[in-house]
Amino acid sequence: MLRLEDRIFTNLYGFDDSGLKGAQARGDWSNTKDLIQKGRDWIIDEVKKSELRGRGGAGFPTGLKWSFMPKETDGRPSYIVVNADESEPGTCKDRDILRNDPHKLIEGTLLAAVAMNAHAGYIYVRGEFYNEAMRLEAAIAEAYDAGLLGKNACGSGYDFDLYVHRGAGAYICGEETALIESLEGKKGQPRLKPPFPAGAGLYGCPTTVNNVETIAVVPTILRRGGDWFAGLGRPKNTGSKLFCLQGHVNKPCNVEEEMGISLKELLEKHAGGVRGGWDNLLAVIPGGSSVPVIPKDVCDDILMDFDSLRAAQTGLGTAAVIVMDKSTDIIEAICRLSHFYAHESCGQCTPCREGCGWMHRVMQRMVRGQATVEEIDVLWDVTKQVEGHTICALGDAAAWPVQGLIRHFRPEMEKRISEYRKAAKAA
Amino acid sequence: MPKLTIDGMEIEVQSGLTVLQACEQAGVEIPRFCYHERLSIAGNCRMCLVEMERAPKPVASCAMPVGDGMVIKTNTETVKKARKGVMEFLLINHPLDCPICDQGGECDLQDQSIAFGFDHSRYSENKRAVPDKDFGPLISTSMTRCIHCTRCVRFSTEIGGVEELGLVNRGEHAEISTYVSRAISTELSGNMIDLCPVGALTSKPYAYVGRSWELKKTESIDVMDAVGTNIRVDARGGEVLRILPRLHEDVNEEWLSDKGRFSCDGLKKQRLDRPYVRGKDGKLKPSTWQDALTVVAEKIKASNSERLAAIAGDLCDAESMLALKGVMQSQECKNIDCRQDGSKLGHGPRSSYLFNSGISGIDEADAVLIIGSNVRWEAPIINARLRKRYLQAETFSAASIGPNWDPNFACDMIGAGPDAINDIAAGRHPFNDVLRNAKNPMIIMGAHIFARQDGKALLGMLKGLAEATGVVKDGWNGFNILHSAASRVGGLDLGFLPESGGKDTCGIIEACEKGEIDLVYLLGADEIDFDRLGNAAVIYQGHHGDKAAHRADVILPGAAYTEKDGTYVNTEGRVQLARAAAFPPGEAKEDWKILRALSSALGKDLPYNDLGSLRQNMVAQNSIFQAIDSLESPVWGDFGTKDDFLLEPFEPAIENYYMTDPISRASETMAACTESFVLPQQGKTGTDG
Repeated sequence: MLRLEDRIFTNLYGFDDSGLKGAQARGDWSNTKDLIQKGRDWIIDEVKKSELRGRGGAGFPTGLKWSFMPKETDGRPSYIVVNADESEPGTCKDRDILRNDPHKLIEGTLLAAVAMNAHAGYIYVRGEFYNEAMRLEAAIAEAYDAGLLGKNACGSGYDFDLYVHRGAGAYICGEETALIESLEGKKGQPRLKPPFPAGAGLYGCPTTVNNVETIAVVPTILRRGGDWFAGLGRPKNTGSKLFCLQGHVNKPCNVEEEMGISLKELLEKHAGGVRGGWDNLLAVIPGGSSVPVIPKDVCDDILMDFDSLRAAQTGLGTAAVIVMDKSTDIIEAICRLSHFYAHESCGQCTPCREGCGWMHRVMQRMVRGQATVEEIDVLWDVTKQVEGHTICALGDAAAWPVQGLIRHFRPEMEKRISEYRKAAKAA
Repeated sequence: MPKLTIDGMEIEVQSGLTVLQACEQAGVEIPRFCYHERLSIAGNCRMCLVEMERAPKPVASCAMPVGDGMVIKTNTETVKKARKGVMEFLLINHPLDCPICDQGGECDLQDQSIAFGFDHSRYSENKRAVPDKDFGPLISTSMTRCIHCTRCVRFSTEIGGVEELGLVNRGEHAEISTYVSRAISTELSGNMIDLCPVGALTSKPYAYVGRSWELKKTESIDVMDAVGTNIRVDARGGEVLRILPRLHEDVNEEWLSDKGRFSCDGLKKQRLDRPYVRGKDGKLKPSTWQDALTVVAEKIKASNSERLAAIAGDLCDAESMLALKGVMQSQECKNIDCRQDGSKLGHGPRSSYLFNSGISGIDEADAVLIIGSNVRWEAPIINARLRKRYLQAETFSAASIGPNWDPNFACDMIGAGPDAINDIAAGRHPFNDVLRNAKNPMIIMGAHIFARQDGKALLGMLKGLAEATGVVKDGWNGFNILHSAASRVGGLDLGFLPESGGKDTCGIIEACEKGEIDLVYLLGADEIDFDRLGNAAVIYQGHHGDKAAHRADVILPGAAYTEKDGTYVNTEGRVQLARAAAFPPGEAKEDWKILRALSSALGKDLPYNDLGSLRQNMVAQNSIFQAIDSLESPVWGDFGTKDDFLLEPFEPAIENYYMTDPISRASETMAACTESFVLPQQGKTGTDG
């Protein structure tokens, strides 16, 4: 349970002024100059000490990622890119940061830029986030006016320019290399790795792409120390995290909580509990649409962090908790996700292009029960043929929800099939 | 040199290779669709997945660079399963219409699904259908068959230099399309058909004509330009059905120009299949070989040797030119010329008329000055090489003097005529410094500019420029003449040129006009001004009823390049052999045999009765003909004159890429291309419909 004074996003709900004055009153931009002047190694060390893991879904250690950026330039500039293309179904944490705490992000970008010796940064904002992009641009303009960005940012002697780029709403542009392609003005299709962006990213130069939340927590980590952050949560799963609680809960909300809080506590404390009580719970997708669903018996005592969810064959993802009570048609719910991935596959590589459509079509029949029991195995096999064989992780993300469904709700699917048969026979 | 282990074998390979290339070197075959060694790596088909130790997932071997100590496994269950999976995905939306698909029998998808796929389908949903696209008169599309490997997109963007193709839409709706609906305007578009691993892009003229296993494949040489592209002629019965490129790294890599590939339907049209003699009524009448040869022999005998002349055309093989030279020499005729355009090249050392750096020399060039040549039309393959160099080189500057053209690489248009060359030579133009500072500078000259009156002076001026700017220096000769006639270098090497006191093409035509010549023997020469031939008797030996046949008094039907064994020397001086893939139509004969028979009719037999002894004669004439498919380093020498040049700008050599010779003019496909690509550029008139 996060203590009030350990909260990072103190204006998450927008009760306070989101502008520069309000941000400064909340402690942002207070001693940025000093932080910058402590140098890149200190910043990376602090972030490493904090054991911060990327908040975009994959959970890669942020300090380690930053340390991949070249120490000495070979003539090419380095870039920092912030991924604000938040399109994962169920996720709306970055949106609230952009809306209500943009200065945390801007300050964090500056500090991260120092850590990777980047003098230019881009924030790639999802196209649908029109108002958020306006807020962000206004905040950046304020920061420029106050001398916090641009030449000699914060009076530290470090030059840094920050640009906002608005996407056009493709889910795949949230994948870091597709985002880079899109930022370069090309069609958003993931690139092959290697080379990794830290070697050759935006315009072929060393680039690091980070999630909004990852960057936005950095200033607080640097101010309060990596040890403070590491003291929250569980080992290797430290700090606080924004959770998006939604679905069949009584009070859907975004909330900042400590990592490793139990799912049940999280829902009951902040979202008013599951609609109709905990026993009415059917299943939860704990990390945005891309991670496998878990049924109630797993939910009972699961802890919300990277490693414990992974142990339950699911993931923390973006920490968007989608709660489904017993009124849910779980097959149809997963089928809707399959539709989403079939629609958002970029079409570049074979398994994802063809597999997502196949999965969706079979799922559509599964919803009606118009299938054979053996086809459940074929479906499982198809998800395995997509998973791990694609250029980017969208293939995995499309496969996992279906895998979760088959893993935990196979009896439900079989029941649907036999009901359909019975009805067909009767007719 | 990284060392890696592939399927238990240890192998050391060059660094910078990909795992797939390393596997090939180790003799392990990796299936692939999107990977092509001459295109950038896309890595999207996922067919080449292999297992790599310490990697959590299978990796795409086409895109993974080799590293020291890598352990690669290509025959494990995981790999087999991954391939099967990818294969299944490729096939679920593939129509499986192999029985009506032109790619059948030479389809990568067929072959690889046999080798790596499932034996049955588990997909029971409806298949996707994709509307076909209009890619112009050469490429037929069946986009439902497309597997989205993007080879065609990468080819047109990277090699063709036209960004007209792309993958539009997303996911299952992705399709290959021209962004703006129009035909693909590159002279190399036919190569996309070869690149397409499935039957999505097939040859439009060859549609539903034949199956690959029915065809007799003959290795030969293309004559539609002077590049000497290595080709394979596929024929069934006596009919040439299609032409495909062969691999030759130093000449055409694996590309073939559209004219070379698609003009072969012209071989079936307008053919001369029997001898004709013009009667007293002024009309051509069918005749027999005996009669026709007797008439020709009588006409020749009746004429004084100074009043005889012979001109060889652009598609002649060296053998027939040697035979014609022999016949004319036996009549003591000195008026022979193989340069029907009136060019002044020849007579000097070999380096004065060759593409001295060799075509592969372009791969080293860093500055190129193009003079009076539309390389894209005169030699599309060489243009593609220039573009490749432009894309790969760290520094590459190019400039062009002459009529405007559309190079698909960065090339400044810096002048229109010889004065611009003079400016560079005199150091008044900055390109002088560019050439001087370049490591391997190159001047590419369109051969036709030397057909101007001031041809020799231009040659002398350009020689001076080349010597002064380091284009010719120790270990490098970038003095490159770009011929567009396939026969030309062979003719020059054979000395099919006026002997001292003899008349060249211009002289012959002038003399005809004045009535000083009684008889002109045209060996496939169709591009001269026939109105100026006066009353001279014209003997035409050739294969098409084109311009010359209309003017001829006697027609001797010869063989086209696909119907005879012949030797051609390309613009860089490479001797290559073309082989007969079909028989000449009707009574038509191989050309050297016609001339051999004519020599008998004249009572002065040529000293050879078969191709072998003819070729020995050819070697005796010039030993270069012995060295098949090799280049000798050019010996520099003295040539050209120091006369004044004319100020007129250079003229384009070709008005219409698709129609330059009797074969392409007879081709329906080339006519369709002219309609699609050339006429819209030239501006149609009201009567074009």
